[in-house]
Amino acid sequence: MSNPDSGSPPGNVGLVEPKSFHHPEPFTLQCGVTLPSYELIYETYGTLNADKSNAILICHALSGHHHAAGVHSADDAKPGWWDTAIGPGKPIDTNRFFVISLNNLGGCHGSTGPQSVDPATGKPYGPDFPNVVVRDWVNSQAALADHLGIGRFAAIVGGSLGGMQALQWAIDYPNRVKAAVVIAAAAKLSAQNIAFNEIARQAITSDPNYLEGRYADENSIPDKGLGLARMIGHVTYLSDDGMGEKFGRELKSGDLGRGSDVEFQVESYLHHQGQSFSRIFDANTYVLMTRALDYFDPARESNDNLVNAFESATASFLVVSFTTDWRFSVARSKEIVDALIAARKNVASAVIESVHGHDSFLLPLSRYHEVLRSYLARIADEVGS
Amino acid sequence: MTLRGDLSVIAQLINPGARVLDLGCGEGDLLAYLQANKDVNGYGLDVDSENIRICLEKGVNVIEQDLDDGLDNFGDDTFDMVVMTETLQSVRAPDHLLREMLRIGEECIVTFPNFGHWRCRMQIALQGRMPVAKHIPHSWYDTPNIHLCTFKDFENLCDDAGLTIIERQVVDHRYSEAMLSSFMPNIMGPIAFYRLGRGSV
Repeated sequence: MSNPDSGSPPGNVGLVEPKSFHHPEPFTLQCGVTLPSYELIYETYGTLNADKSNAILICHALSGHHHAAGVHSADDAKPGWWDTAIGPGKPIDTNRFFVISLNNLGGCHGSTGPQSVDPATGKPYGPDFPNVVVRDWVNSQAALADHLGIGRFAAIVGGSLGGMQALQWAIDYPNRVKAAVVIAAAAKLSAQNIAFNEIARQAITSDPNYLEGRYADENSIPDKGLGLARMIGHVTYLSDDGMGEKFGRELKSGDLGRGSDVEFQVESYLHHQGQSFSRIFDANTYVLMTRALDYFDPARESNDNLVNAFESATASFLVVSFTTDWRFSVARSKEIVDALIAARKNVASAVIESVHGHDSFLLPLSRYHEVLRSYLARIADEVGS
Repeated sequence: MTLRGDLSVIAQLINPGARVLDLGCGEGDLLAYLQANKDVNGYGLDVDSENIRICLEKGVNVIEQDLDDGLDNFGDDTFDMVVMTETLQSVRAPDHLLREMLRIGEECIVTFPNFGHWRCRMQIALQGRMPVAKHIPHSWYDTPNIHLCTFKDFENLCDDAGLTIIERQVVDHRYSEAMLSSFMPNIMGPIAFYRLGRGSV
């Protein structure tokens, strides 16, 4: 091991500051629409080594963003969304890797998206922001990599929708990806999965405050609809057992015998999740991101043959799934693994025992982190960092 | 790196660049060796989390999959060689698994502890106890070995299943071919080593 700090207890990346990448040239999306330019907001942790071989790109999921680790100020209540996994001595070890995390195009945390001003109209894009698909994200991330001087990533790492980006990277930019870490993902969504996304979109668009997506122009927020969408999503991210363990049938208030004002703990939890999410997330972005999930299907261009879709890939793959994840089940990950083996690609897989459903990929489960740590330590050795 | 005796016997039989599947790959020593020295496209199946961790650290293509769940996720003729070392005796349906190994692979190599070894015979005959020996170290109540067999049993199964024995070796724990073993293999050999193919040779 070339890591001088191995053995010391894991630390935190500490204070971080978001940076902005401005892509000044026109950028044509897969839907045919050309953005005149765009911004991506991103953060980095760790140090890029001399031959720029130790970079890891973190791809975020549906509601994620660039702030994956560390804090923005000393009194921040919460660190970044994946702080448990990214840091010195952590599975994605910033003593060894230079980690980049960005907010994707179409996002609502600083990158160009529906809340940005459309130069053609002088108003926010809102619902007119063009459709963005996973390949557009990968292309824009590649431009960010160019900007940072990174030719080839040591690894592209992502959970859920982030795992789909890692797959797309390996397919589209085989020479730029040494390893793809695909966590709790799928090669395409099932009908049930698309159905959940459509219910979430309907919840948003049927909110009277949605105003056909032009709510920002009228200083309105479809918070009820967005909150409901988040509640639906949240139920699908947890498992029956996990929810049972966390909430059971415990009451928050009221009395079962009295009826109307009864509130179960789980209801209260979901209301809280929905409400707090609707204050920080943009409804148009939510619609856009769920569409990108639905459309993802790299096998489509290869006559629905996933094995052929992987033909171009040269990366090594690690595919991780969780036993109680029913939104992106173990079987979906197995499809990826089987296709990669049939395509003669290097692939390893782990199925992590967990009661936490799809949400597991965000949690510091010991075996999960051990798998990430072991796999990435090997990659770090290979790139000599 | 030096390989355990049994693994180096196997490694010699695998062609450079071959597609290899190792069922119950353990810590991945065979695959790591074959990847480094024979440029194989190899995968290992295992379910033990510690084994999987060690394989990941070695850069071995380890797939978390239970052999008792079958191999039907692999297409016909996916591999040149399917290897299973000292695992046959602990799977639920050895006969089915053997057939599956030769469906997905052109050839297979199987090793297992010989229940007909003289030490086992002596323990049953003289002590009236289920055998515990160096090559079968578990007590009857906590053993993963639910399908122990002798060389003869195994060869009968191959016959019934229409599998061809291409090569047979009898080895001890250092995987050297002991002289007595070649004289009376079903009694003297602790570990059986078989290379199997489909149909008649």
